[in-house]
Amino acid sequence: MRKHIFQGMIHAPLTEAAPAPDDAALAELAQAVERTARRRLGRSLAIREVDAGSCNGCELEIHALNNAFYDLERFGLRFVASPRHADVLLVTGPLTQNMREALERTYRATPDPKWVVAAGDCAIDGGLFAGSPACVPGSIGAAVPVDLYIRGCPPRPIDLLKGLLALLEAQA
Amino acid sequence: MAVLSETLAKAQPCLAHHPVPRAVVGAEAWKQAAQALAEGRMTLLGLWGEHDAAHMAVRDTEEGSIAVLSLLCPNGRFPSVGAVHPPAVRLERTMRDLYGLIADGAKDTRPWLDHGKWPHSRAEARAPYDFLPAEGENLHHIVVGPVHAGIIEPGNFRFTAGGETIVRLEERLGYVHKGIEGLMAGADLKRGAQLAGRTSGDSTVAYAFAFARAAEAALGCEVPPRAVWLRALMAELERLANHFGDIGAICNDAAFALMHAHTGVLRELVLRTCDAAFGHRLMRDGIVPGGVAHDLDDRGVAAIRALLAEARRRFPPLVKLYDDTASLQDRTVGTGRLSPELARQYGAGGFVGRASGRNFDARRDLVYAPYDQLHFTVPIRNDGDVNARVWIRIHEVEQSLGLIEQILDRLPAGPITAPLPIGSDACEGLALVEGFRGDVLVWLHLNREGTIARCHLRDPSWFQWPLLEAAIEGNIVADFPLCNKSFNCSYSGHDL
Repeated sequence: MRKHIFQGMIHAPLTEAAPAPDDAALAELAQAVERTARRRLGRSLAIREVDAGSCNGCELEIHALNNAFYDLERFGLRFVASPRHADVLLVTGPLTQNMREALERTYRATPDPKWVVAAGDCAIDGGLFAGSPACVPGSIGAAVPVDLYIRGCPPRPIDLLKGLLALLEAQA
Repeated sequence: MAVLSETLAKAQPCLAHHPVPRAVVGAEAWKQAAQALAEGRMTLLGLWGEHDAAHMAVRDTEEGSIAVLSLLCPNGRFPSVGAVHPPAVRLERTMRDLYGLIADGAKDTRPWLDHGKWPHSRAEARAPYDFLPAEGENLHHIVVGPVHAGIIEPGNFRFTAGGETIVRLEERLGYVHKGIEGLMAGADLKRGAQLAGRTSGDSTVAYAFAFARAAEAALGCEVPPRAVWLRALMAELERLANHFGDIGAICNDAAFALMHAHTGVLRELVLRTCDAAFGHRLMRDGIVPGGVAHDLDDRGVAAIRALLAEARRRFPPLVKLYDDTASLQDRTVGTGRLSPELARQYGAGGFVGRASGRNFDARRDLVYAPYDQLHFTVPIRNDGDVNARVWIRIHEVEQSLGLIEQILDRLPAGPITAPLPIGSDACEGLALVEGFRGDVLVWLHLNREGTIARCHLRDPSWFQWPLLEAAIEGNIVADFPLCNKSFNCSYSGHDL
């Protein structure tokens, strides 16, 4: 194990340069973020991920944000284990009827100020699953107020990162 | 004569079903088949319903042949298979939830995917869920989910523990039920393939592969050789990405983050290579009925060859690290042991089955092209613990690297799609594909005009989730994440 740690010290990191925040997302968010919240949170956001019916594709790419190439935590963004610790809910999936109550309860358990980011095409309008009686019409937005949508099936990690950075910029 | 041949000889064959036989049997033969499953003379591959029929896909243990047995249920009832063969229980509860079929004689009739939240939910499902009791002195309950602490799919776990030791785990799933099989009905093949590819995101290639093969079997479509080989290439890349991710994630759940960081890099390199070669990191919608959506150019080949070299350079030191770290093995060895007997009974696929002595791999045992022309071995262990499931993945990574190399060396030239001969007659097809997690089954019934009448998708997790409940018994609560990750069952693939 010492060898691996030593090599980690002498090799350049794999981490890539930060992308610019998504301009469209930035404009969308500017209105959503209050000045008071900016003061309180500074440049750090705690994210709670909620799978509301996703195929798990979005989760795989959200996971990738933690790998050495994207290294999400360098931006002050980190995933937390409880909605009680979260500033942001990152929600995926077409919102199944069976997950609606759990999502609403998670939202209520998150302290204010809070933001909701809906990631993936399903989270916008149900995507390919729109119209299924097992899914809530209107997807995530029908159950909780959404501040930012990130498109993709699934969104690439770089797109997720751009969206989350926009959130950070808007409230910094 | 083996039991399946005997059953088929007495049944009424359905001529439009390919490539394996399907036959309509009577209630007596259905019950005998259930008994043969219970006695281990056959393995259950799938059990699903339509509004007026029940179907089971089975494999004869002795002959290795597979077939679909169907029972017409004009009054919406069929003799329970689960009453004698427990692996069928949750499948029967699902048949009731989705198609209203009642399993006569079933002991567990609780709703499964129906949580009482659908417009068409039945009254019984709207009542609070009746968890199984666990009684004893000083036992306590720990309820987890559906929203979990990590970035994972939702499900509800109910632990009963005596001190630190788990006495019973009961899973409650169905939270991510999207109604995929309902959406399939009436869809065309293009939309069907897209839906299949979004059944379980980590197995999008395996599902699209199985769906395409089922459609092609039904229609009698011959796929060009280049497309066949490219499909296997994508399937092996998907296996590689998932196994790298899993090996690290298991170690991470034993608080060994170093491995997770390194395998995370390997996984990312695979996904970037897939993006460069096939235009999508997960290769979603890369396989379509009739062939593949993207051809592989020289740059793609070079990218994959570079990946092979990089993986062969980076992976062996990580395997050595796993093997040399006693504190890590202290967590994985002997933890979450699954008995070979249960793995056999449930027909558990993938690393769950192969780590517990079940010597089965659809690529070898239900051989499909191009695997009949490729060289690989199927790793088997009998110890059945978390450590064994890690090692099976390690060996499968090595095998997949070899398979990818063989495919690149021998990739035939030519077209990548064939036209689908749609519009002749109603037809049916069945396919099993070895995904990273085990065998994915797709059964497809097409209408005359080529639209989908009924499509059933059976994830390997159906026969693995119940075994997690067994494997965790007697382990400490703190080892649950470790055991769970070593199984890595799909929620979405199961919930449909």
